[in-house]
Amino acid sequence: MGSEASWRPATTLEVLKMRAAMTAAARRFFNERGVMEVDTPVLGAATASDLHIASLRTHVSVDGPKAFYLQTSPESAMKRLLAAGSGPVFQFARAFRDGEAGPMHNPEFLLLEWYRPGFDLGALMDEVAALVARLLGSEIPVERMSYRQAFVTYAGIDPFAASLETIAELCRRSGFREALEDRSAGLDLLLTRHVQPALSPGCVFVYHFPADQAALARIRPGDPPLAERFELFLDGVELANGYQELNDAREQRSRIDADRARRRERGLPEVPADTRLLEALAHGLPDCAGVALGFDRLVALNAGIEDIRRVMPFPIDRA
Amino acid sequence: MASFSTNEFKSGLKVLVDGDPCSITENEFVKPGKGQAFNRVKFRNLKTGRVMERTFRSGDSLEAADVLEVPLQYLYYDGEHYHFMNEQTFEQYVADEKSVSDAKNWLKEQDVCNITLWNGQPLMVTPPNFVNLTVTQTDPGVRGDTASGASKPATMETGAVIKVPLFIDEGEVLKIDTRTGEYVSRVKE
Repeated sequence: MGSEASWRPATTLEVLKMRAAMTAAARRFFNERGVMEVDTPVLGAATASDLHIASLRTHVSVDGPKAFYLQTSPESAMKRLLAAGSGPVFQFARAFRDGEAGPMHNPEFLLLEWYRPGFDLGALMDEVAALVARLLGSEIPVERMSYRQAFVTYAGIDPFAASLETIAELCRRSGFREALEDRSAGLDLLLTRHVQPALSPGCVFVYHFPADQAALARIRPGDPPLAERFELFLDGVELANGYQELNDAREQRSRIDADRARRRERGLPEVPADTRLLEALAHGLPDCAGVALGFDRLVALNAGIEDIRRVMPFPIDRA
Repeated sequence: MASFSTNEFKSGLKVLVDGDPCSITENEFVKPGKGQAFNRVKFRNLKTGRVMERTFRSGDSLEAADVLEVPLQYLYYDGEHYHFMNEQTFEQYVADEKSVSDAKNWLKEQDVCNITLWNGQPLMVTPPNFVNLTVTQTDPGVRGDTASGASKPATMETGAVIKVPLFIDEGEVLKIDTRTGEYVSRVKE
């Protein structure tokens, strides 16, 4: 970002105006559809247990210093609202993930996240496509492709049937010479390396992920079992991640415990289990689908800028 | 030896890859939202000059390469090796044909070059951007034909052959851009 004075915004006024117009358009979109805006706290007593998401930890003095986490997404809090009977909700949420910096990442970023009781994955994909078309102000081609089909077409392997050796060999040929920690790490690499760059322009929804990449999505039993999860790629850029939300408290508990055990094995920071989320699920989360969309990336794509740090007024190096 | 983690990678950083000293030219952070983070890194191998690409898990590290660039004065060629000297310490360094490579066309005794040292040994020799060399051989040109941009070959004292304007004579000193190998101007001694 050159020798420009770092007190100055990294954006132009034109981009700021585009950003404001897109925010306003998103609010209108949800307002028309009867989805309520909420705002949940950035500080949380618990945080995501995902192995590949690093939370920022801080201390707040309430009855003595207590550890809090800057939220990596508003998912837990929004699900607690849903369990308490909020009905459909959306939020522009500030999210924080440590160690993520690059043209498509800033440690602090803006998520547009929403939940739809009664929706299935297909209905939510339709709504995401409608929102994206509205915010871009134009019709865009929309394609749906299973995770398996995407890998068969663009990486030349069946991600469910291929052996770990085959996956490792493909990774090696793509310049990755370390030992693979697990299958999904290898598939992640091949996704970013071979699948993403080859996807058609416009919106491509990739759905039905391997079960070990379910995160907080339901798993549909079968052979192989499939995570009821989708990712939206817009012009090859990962833009949104949606789930048929897991609402079985016991299953959620065992996934969190498994993550925590693997965190210990790998020497990653321990995180407390999100007991309030588990209690909310036990109380009853309505059947719903939910999605988080990287708003900064959408603004960047709309503005034709290849670095999200140039559509944020103050990215981390000017924060 | 020190090592660098992927989050310290930046253009110009010198690291060891497969035992060879390399300079990072590009470092891209790639991460699916819920997935493993990787760094896609491009390097220039400082021994071979080749550019290659590797992918690392974010957080992995590479050993630092003990590479530094120092200005050294060129002393002489002994028929096999090129000899350089640090003007401050008078320490001498011996560079082989491979590390000198095309720079040999521009090496003039007492000129100061940038030498990349790896573990104290010359790895790459970069001549000054501009050198002044004497013409040892060139055919007489046609006088009065200075505007047409026509040129002729001239052999310099180092053995390099470059294109010069027709009015250049033997014994003249020329300023040459070593990055392009092109004639810049005549030098008035």
